[in-house]
This record gives sequence, structure tokens and C-alpha cells, in this order.
Amino acid sequence: MSMRIAVSEPVAVGPRSGSAGRRGRVARRWRYANSAGIAVLYAVMLVWTLTPLYNIVMIALEHEGDVYGNNILPVQPSLDSFWVVFTQGYWYLEHFWHQFGNTVFIAGMVTFLVLLIASMTSFTVGRMRLRNGWLITNAALLTYVIPASFLAIPFYLIMNRYGLANNPWSVIAALVTFATPYAIFIFQEYGRSIPIELDESARIDGASPLHIYLRIYLPLMAPALVAVGTYALLLAWNEYLYQFLLLSDKRNMTVPVALAQFLNSDQAPWNYMMATAIIYALPPLATYYAFRHRMSSGLTMGGVKG
Amino acid sequence: MTAATVLDVGSPSSTRRRSFWRYWRGNLKGSEFAWALAFSVPYIAVFVAFVAYPVFYGLWMGSDPALYSDVFSDVIYQDTVVNTLVFVALGVNLKLFLALLLSGVFMRPGWWTKVMLMLFVLPWAVPQLPAFISLHWMLNGEWGLLNNALWILGGIEGPSWLNERWTALGAAIASHIWKWTPFWTVILLAGRMSIPQDIYDAAKVDGATGLNRFLFVTFPLLANLYLVLTLLATIFLLGDFNTVFFVTGGGPNNETHLLATLGIRNAFDLARPDLGVAVVMTALPVLIPLVIILMRKLRTAEVQL
Repeated sequence: MSMRIAVSEPVAVGPRSGSAGRRGRVARRWRYANSAGIAVLYAVMLVWTLTPLYNIVMIALEHEGDVYGNNILPVQPSLDSFWVVFTQGYWYLEHFWHQFGNTVFIAGMVTFLVLLIASMTSFTVGRMRLRNGWLITNAALLTYVIPASFLAIPFYLIMNRYGLANNPWSVIAALVTFATPYAIFIFQEYGRSIPIELDESARIDGASPLHIYLRIYLPLMAPALVAVGTYALLLAWNEYLYQFLLLSDKRNMTVPVALAQFLNSDQAPWNYMMATAIIYALPPLATYYAFRHRMSSGLTMGGVKG
Repeated sequence: MTAATVLDVGSPSSTRRRSFWRYWRGNLKGSEFAWALAFSVPYIAVFVAFVAYPVFYGLWMGSDPALYSDVFSDVIYQDTVVNTLVFVALGVNLKLFLALLLSGVFMRPGWWTKVMLMLFVLPWAVPQLPAFISLHWMLNGEWGLLNNALWILGGIEGPSWLNERWTALGAAIASHIWKWTPFWTVILLAGRMSIPQDIYDAAKVDGATGLNRFLFVTFPLLANLYLVLTLLATIFLLGDFNTVFFVTGGGPNNETHLLATLGIRNAFDLARPDLGVAVVMTALPVLIPLVIILMRKLRTAEVQL
């Protein structure tokens, strides 16, 4: 394509300068049409992608009365709603920072436990070659493909039976359960790139499996640990259903559960709700963009290799 | 353990026990085997307590055949099955086809495309809840941004999207596509990038450009990935709770539920957990074959690596 243009461009002088000139003009016109098409496509994609997000920001900047209006730009934009959320100045928001802390605690715990459990499991299956380790891999794969929402009802009843209802640890258990399989999958894929001879020579030197795990396996797995850690953190931060079912007390709730509660009130204060939503969405957004490249390499590595 | 086996050599049970342990131990030495067990116990415990137990508990809860006559005679359930089929057929295919095309667009060189990609993945990077709540309010017939924009920019009076079954379902499907297309685009983009440039160079020599290049080079190489993604997307979509729960809330009149949201509604709003489990269980005849095919595909892919 580009080669043809380069060859024919100098020849394109007049309408009758032969087939080379015509070809050059056609190529150039095609190129213009092509880039104009791409520009239109990008514009459509931008409108499609950004409108719902613009809606959040617009409403967060409005006053409560203006939300119920027919404007498409914020009337009298102000940051008041954010201030109300920060100071917990509305009765739905009276435990906001406590709930934010709960979200941080649950996400942190889930990330730590997923990294610990999945790295230990993939170490035994992939590096120590535990016989019948494929049983564990298959169990993990099976968990990965069962929709989490289908298990929610029995899970809820069992948590009640374990006495863990309305306890953050029940949510942590659920999220660890559903995040670990993917983590095991990624660790096993990544572990293949680390030569097994390293482990074997350490073994001959008398290193115990624990030493090999701590001193050789974990340091070499660092990129995969970062990718999976990001994945687990985002999963735990963004999850809603299990948190909604398992946490009902205002002090135990996480931000998404509290946010969804707003919807139940008759005249929902949409501006406070959207301000809360923005504050809740910023940490995962920052995490996502910071670790984007490692995440997507992880996705292709394990999730779906064709 | 070793001491015990040394002591009663000869008795048949101990030989069996010894070979049993030797079988499981494989080529690991005594202490290594203990470490291996200790390292795999946490995940096995998680799996047994939080996957196997709930699965069997759910199967037991949904094992009463009488439940299913209740489920199948429920009008809301019948609507839900139709919704789920429409949702899967449109949601999965539109989403993946768009992702396939857009991943080609994002292969273009230049900083402008890179910026576009960063903006385009925003819906995926934003947590589900704020996104779907925003869409819910945006589609409000009276005060929503969409109808306001239609009125101000085009003088069109938009319908109240969420108050009628098919527009509400369409809104939910569009929201789902909005949220998840970036995810599949990124995966397909990585798939495209892993195709070696030599193949394209060779194809160019043979005269394959433009559409032919896509039809005869790119797509055959991506076909297997695309199939796996279709299966995965179908399973993920069958389990999708948040889209419908927040965008339409299952309404109007419980006409836009999916299996996942109807299950939760039966279990918690109607306080009939067994009925909720039964609703979800009716997806198993479809879900189990999908899971088996997918697991086989993923496993062979793993072996080939």
C-alpha cells in the first residue's frame, strides 16, 4: 500500500498522464477516504465510550435540584457534593470512610491470600511435580468457568451455617475462592518460562522446598505476582453481589453496597451518589492504568491462549 | 510413617498402604512430599469448603422434582428464558464481533491510536457499579441524559427506555456491550499482535491485501482464539448479575430478568432459596456441555505451549 503510493506519486501530474497517474490519484483518494473514515469511527467510539462516564461527572457537579432537569451541561457546576461525601454530611453517608476502610481491608486481604495460596499451589503442581497435581489444576479450571453468581445462594446459606454471616471474612473467603483459580492458571503458565534446573541444582545443594519457594520461585515470579495481584485487587474492589448478600450491617458494609442502597430511597440524592461513585472508582482506575501493560500480558498468557 | 511400614512388613494391608503412599508420593522424597502436601492443602481446603460444598449443597437443594414444575409454570421464568437467549445471542456475538473489528483498528500505528485505546478501555477499567448506575439514570425517560440530548440536539422525544420490556432489554444488552467490549478487544488485540509479521509479508507477496488479508490470513489464525472467547463470553454472560440488576432492576414487572438475577430475586425477595437454586439449575443442561468443551480447549492450549 505505502509502497505503491511512493512509486506513483511523482507521476500524478495531470488527468491524461497515463495509468500510473490515475492509480496514484485513486490511491491518494483512497487514503483520504480511509483516514476520514477512521476519524469518523474514532469520533463515534469516543461518544459511545465517554457518554455514560460524562453523565457521572456531570451529575456529581450539579446541585440536588438541578439533577431533575433537562440540561445536558451541568447547571452551576460545583464541588459541593464531593465535600459532602468527604465530610460524611448526609445521613446515607454517615459511615462513608469506615466503609471505604472495609473495602480497602477486604481488597488487601484478598490480594494477599490469593497470591499466597495460588503461588504455593502452582509451586507444588508445577515445580515440585506433585503426582496427580492435574487434579488440582482441573479443580481450579472448573471453578474458573462456573459463574460465581450461580453459587451465591448456597454460599450464603453455608456462610450462615459457619456463623460468618455479616462478617467481612465471609466475603474474603468468597472472593479468594473465585480469584485463586485464574491466579493458579497464570502462575503455572508463567512458571514454565523459569528453568526447572534452577530448582534441581538448589535441591542437590540441600535446599528445602521452603527455601526454593522463598528464595528462587517467588523472586523469579515477580512479574506474574504483580499482574495477578492487580487482578485480585481489582476483582475484590469491584465485586458487588457477594458483598451485598453477606454484609448487611452499616458498619460492616463496603462502599459498593452502601452505594447501591442509595437506589432504594425514593428521591435518591443522585449528585451525592455520583460523587461517591467517583471517589470509589478512582483507586481501581489508577491501579488499572499503572499496571495496564502487565495486566494485559497476563490476560493473554493464561486467560485465553488459542 | 516409614517406621510404621518397616514394623509390619508382610501384612497385606500395610503393603497396600505403602504402595498407596508410594503412588501418591511419586518421585518426591519423604520430607519433600510433606512440604508438597503442606503447600497444596490451603487451596484444597478452599476448594472443598467454598466450591465443592456449596455445589453439592446447591444440587441437594435443587434436587426436588416438584420445584421444577413450580419454576416452569412461572410466567416470569418463561420470560426470563427468552431474555437470556436474546441476551446471549445478541450480547456475545455483537460484543465479540465488534471486538474483532476494533482490535484491527487498534493495530494501526501512531500515537493517536494509542490515545484512543487508552480512552476506549475506560468502561472496562471503571468498576461495574458506578457505570451501571450511571447508565440506569442516563436512560431515565424524564430526566436522563440520553433523552435530554435527543431533545436538545435533535428535537426528538425519546421513549422511556426502561419502562417497556424490549427497550429495557435492549438497554441492558447495550450496557453490557458498552462495559465488556474493551476487555475482549484487548485480548483479541494481543492475539493479533502475536501473529508473526513474516506471515503478512508472505501473504503480501502473494497479493493478499485488504479484506483478503483479513479473510485468509488473520481470521484463520484467530479462529481458535475467537471460538474459545465465544465460549468463555457465553459462560460469563450467563452468570452476569450486575448489568440487569442495576440497569433495569429486572423491571418493568419482572420482564427483563436473566437467570442469575431471577435466582437471587426468588431466593431473597421471595424468601424461597430452593426456588432460586432451581432457576439457576435449569441452566445446567446448557452450561455443563459448554464447560466441558471449554475446559478441554483450555487444557489442550496449555499443553501446546
